[in-house]
Amino acid sequence: MSILIDKNTKIIVQGLTGKTGSFHTEQALAYHGTQMVAGTHPKKGGTEWSGADGQSLPIYASVAEAKDATGATASVIYVPPAGAAAAIEEAIDAGIELITCITEGVPVLDMVRVKEKLEGSSSRLIGPNCPGLMTPDECKIGIMPGAIFKKGSVGVLSRSGTLTYEAVYQTSNAGLGQSSAVGIGGDPVKGTEFIDILELFLADDETESIIMIGEIGGSAEEEAAQFLKDEAKKGRKKPVVGFIAGLTAPPGRTMGHAGAVISGGKGGAEDKIEAMKSAGIRVSPSPAKLGETLLDLLG
Amino acid sequence: MNIHEYQAKQLLKEYGAPVARGVAITSLDQAESAVADLPGPVRVVKSQIHAGGRGKGTFKELGPDAKGGVRVSFSAEEALANIREMFGKTLVTQQTGPAGKQVNRLYIEDGADIERELYLSILVDRETGKVSFVASTEGGMDIEAVAAETPDKIHTIGITASTGVTDADAERIADAFELSGDTREQGKTLFKSLYQAFVEKDMSLLEINPLIVTKAGDVQVLDAKVSFDGNALFRHPDIMELRDKTEEDAKEIEASEYDLAYIALDGDIGCMVNGAGLAMATMDIIKLYGASPANFLDVGGGATTEKVTAAFKIITSDPNVKGILVNIFGGIMRCDVIAEGVVQAVKDVGLEVPLVVRLEGTKVEEGKAIINDSGLNVIAADDLDDAAQKIVKAVKG
Repeated sequence: MSILIDKNTKIIVQGLTGKTGSFHTEQALAYHGTQMVAGTHPKKGGTEWSGADGQSLPIYASVAEAKDATGATASVIYVPPAGAAAAIEEAIDAGIELITCITEGVPVLDMVRVKEKLEGSSSRLIGPNCPGLMTPDECKIGIMPGAIFKKGSVGVLSRSGTLTYEAVYQTSNAGLGQSSAVGIGGDPVKGTEFIDILELFLADDETESIIMIGEIGGSAEEEAAQFLKDEAKKGRKKPVVGFIAGLTAPPGRTMGHAGAVISGGKGGAEDKIEAMKSAGIRVSPSPAKLGETLLDLLG
Repeated sequence: MNIHEYQAKQLLKEYGAPVARGVAITSLDQAESAVADLPGPVRVVKSQIHAGGRGKGTFKELGPDAKGGVRVSFSAEEALANIREMFGKTLVTQQTGPAGKQVNRLYIEDGADIERELYLSILVDRETGKVSFVASTEGGMDIEAVAAETPDKIHTIGITASTGVTDADAERIADAFELSGDTREQGKTLFKSLYQAFVEKDMSLLEINPLIVTKAGDVQVLDAKVSFDGNALFRHPDIMELRDKTEEDAKEIEASEYDLAYIALDGDIGCMVNGAGLAMATMDIIKLYGASPANFLDVGGGATTEKVTAAFKIITSDPNVKGILVNIFGGIMRCDVIAEGVVQAVKDVGLEVPLVVRLEGTKVEEGKAIINDSGLNVIAADDLDDAAQKIVKAVKG
């Protein structure tokens, strides 16, 4: 098993006709035949998209139409920030089960509105401002580089895109490989939190250990640590390695991600590291030692 | 993006919020007419800088006995004397750091008869994903201290986006402030206006500390701090015009023009990284090996050669930089684009310090080839650990 996506997942691309959407759809199609089945564009319905490698996909005018025609259950969004929230809302309205929004720079109040809509729906949103998710050798949604993945047993989750890649790369080099990898995104208001994915990894047979990468800002890492602590008491426990980025970040400055800021004395790296340690998570001292620390923990 | 108090009050006034009469000045020539425009006798002269703690701040150029950055003046003459003493001086507060900030704008405002001081802010609560009011009867103080010492005096009221501030929400906020009678009615109207301003203008923080009740029982916005969501500025050209670039670091302004996330720090290793998390982690690992980062720089996902070149120039323009670490793990970002940008930048500005480049991910082979074929004196690194060790060694010798 894997989590959320596998070789049977059919995916619609919202924003396929742009440069970024095109490039990453070509990459996904080339990745073990990920089932990218259609694109959407309000004015280009009925036309066809052609990739650089000779692939082609039908374009529909709406997500609902594309879903009806293809039976897709997932969508990935590459539309620019101004239209990203509307794209997510369209996917929710169409009943898409798994929506992944790659777009960086979505206004936070747009996400407040989207979050409310999500709560009354059957959709799950990953992101925005995230690299997407992967199940090695089966399915690639988003922008993660496929070549660094290796099928295996580690569940990887992270707020940061490029640190997800580090964890994947290092666990591949360590010979462990990944069950699935999920980048939940660096924005303060997002669709899916650490806890949601940890729950899935704990329940997944194929996932034997977990790497969780947090960063400064907010309290999602503390909540995740508490969740793991509580689950361990119920006997649900897997080896977890953690890392928190931003130990050297000065307070009050937003570190690139809209969510990465130490404010009002909250959200600092030390508190998060302490919370992780108290939950039995092995915290890696360096972002370059994620794989090594996990190997060491597994003994 | 932050704006000044006087700009925030002007904006809130447009939404019907009660603010005192005031006049902003940007040069000493405007002092006399500004003072004459207000009826007096009590006028408050307030330094306009993008930092809190102004009242308790001290001016670098003035003696230790001089008054702070917010001064109550009881006559026109006193107001003028204060303006002349404060204008152009450097104000150091808890939030400015030791360097302080030059006061290039002053705001002269009518005095107020204060009966009660309250604290009100509106922000996006990341835990609930909602816009929330934070209300406390302990206004005029450091709210973080109040939160730490007497958390029961802080009330948080979350607002449902689809309804906005309902009558029931307004009642709860009024309860938190212990308002009654006509004051309560004024407050309830104000809460709805402030929420409307927050949402319509895409604010990320609206803080009124203090919100006062006057002796006559009227509510009034006595101080206002407003920050806007940088991601939403594209739909608010009117707000963008309020930006005061003199309040920002010159290199950070240049970086923002290229849509780069850059923050100047005080170390000596310049960093260019893709992704905020990896950029922070790169700073952390440099520290782990005993050196200090000169900056945080995230070139982002959609970087072009031009953008990378600009990033490189910004890093090299910092005289403290004794070495540069480029750390790229390409996903959306392609290594070949980074490599071309680095090569172009070195051709444009030269390279006088050691440069370590670590490339991995999308189009990594193409990227490495571009660097190798360029003939540049670049130290190649295999992975993050190797890269950090090599740059620290190159700088420290």
